[in-house]
Amino acid sequence: MDKIQKKKREEQYKKYVKTKTPVHNLFANMTRAFITGGTICVIGQGILNYCKFQKMPEDLGGAWTSLLLVLGGVILTGMNLYPSVAKWGGAGALVPITGFANSVAAPAIEYKKEGQVFGIGCKIFTIAGPVILYGIVTSWVLGGIYWIGKLLG
Amino acid sequence: MIKGKQSLSFTQAPFLISSGCVVGSKEAKGPLGKHVDMFNTDDLFGEKTWEAAESTMQKEACVIALGKAHVETEEVRYLFGGDLLRQGIATSMGVETLQIPMFGLYGACSTSGEALALASMAVAAGYGSNLLAVTSSHFGSAEKEFRFPLGYANQRPLSAQWTVTGSGAFLVGTAKSHVRVAGVTVGKIVDYGLKDSQNMGACMAPAATDTIVQNFIDFGRGPEDYDRIITGDLGKIGRTILWDLAEKKGYQLKEKHLDCGLLIYDHEKQDTHAGGSGCGCAAVTLSAYILPKLAKGEWKRVLFVPTGALLSTVSFNEGESVPGIAHGIVLEHC
Repeated sequence: MDKIQKKKREEQYKKYVKTKTPVHNLFANMTRAFITGGTICVIGQGILNYCKFQKMPEDLGGAWTSLLLVLGGVILTGMNLYPSVAKWGGAGALVPITGFANSVAAPAIEYKKEGQVFGIGCKIFTIAGPVILYGIVTSWVLGGIYWIGKLLG
Repeated sequence: MIKGKQSLSFTQAPFLISSGCVVGSKEAKGPLGKHVDMFNTDDLFGEKTWEAAESTMQKEACVIALGKAHVETEEVRYLFGGDLLRQGIATSMGVETLQIPMFGLYGACSTSGEALALASMAVAAGYGSNLLAVTSSHFGSAEKEFRFPLGYANQRPLSAQWTVTGSGAFLVGTAKSHVRVAGVTVGKIVDYGLKDSQNMGACMAPAATDTIVQNFIDFGRGPEDYDRIITGDLGKIGRTILWDLAEKKGYQLKEKHLDCGLLIYDHEKQDTHAGGSGCGCAAVTLSAYILPKLAKGEWKRVLFVPTGALLSTVSFNEGESVPGIAHGIVLEHC
């Protein structure tokens, strides 16, 4: 079989497989993500409001909010409950800061068996690493744009 | 005796003397749970890591298979074994204590077929009267190796399959039993260019079709000559693709076809999406479900076709496709 024929067969097969493969219902998934993500945000807002009520400065309140949400995410991961939340809520559970906490805590738990240095040390950011790296790169680029914009008045 | 392009037919067929299977908690709760030899409720089998647990399963499966046949480890000439982990460590660590001369294999989820084919060939050639074929997979170690840490929150696509925690060991030899390996069809690597590692059934279905059709041609048979044709882990999606591809080649498989990935779990209740997968899937189903039916004579002749998706995390990240392989083992009641 020559290359062109093979390529053609591959294209055809890919198309055919697509017709055979079921996918999650997009609308149902979006609704669930909205509910899950929304609930996490409401909890966050609740914490922030409570901090305000305690007459805490806003930035300190924000820090407490992030901190408590991360703590919650890590504890739920440790109790093996967070995967069930994400199974139902999809991106609604992944995008908030609790999802980020989960992506760091889960490798830490799994790779602990491979040692403190080569296990946890090397592999704790296997999932979150790209987010951190490209998050920093993006903020650097945006910072540059902001700086140039400022120079131009 | 050489048959056709890819097959062998054994004039003095080696017997499948006994088998042993060990599974984890989810499999024990499944439809085959009543028929397995041993299960563990916490999936760790008294060990600290998933990998060590998998090794323990392999060792236990071997010990059970040998115990059923009253054969000592010293009487086993060679062992053929493999698993899904890097460098096949589950097998190396697992069978070490048995001290049987061994060959380590890698055929992804088709390893049970590869091991059985080689063991049968060795027996038929007169290179031993007791040979062991063993394989295993573990949900925890496989997720870690191929996908994400277990605690990571992600949503599995509907085409994803659930790696079976289980191990199966088979004693092949010259002592008479009620099941014999009448022939084998060794599969080729078949690549239809699919790159989706979360749809392995579709990646492996062309390989399964290729091996099954080749078996029909080599032996001059058709689906009507088998009581059942049982694939390893094509799952819901791969199954229908197999039917379609075989139909294009002029064979109707639907009536005779079963898939181990769909037999081992209850898909309504156990939430496994497209079905079970892993080396253990075909091995456990063969040991707990197929062999007893053959031994009783309920089925006279079965074509057992474990299927494997040949990928690694590196090949996947580098954008390579996921080729498949499948080996056909002809099992007969006697």
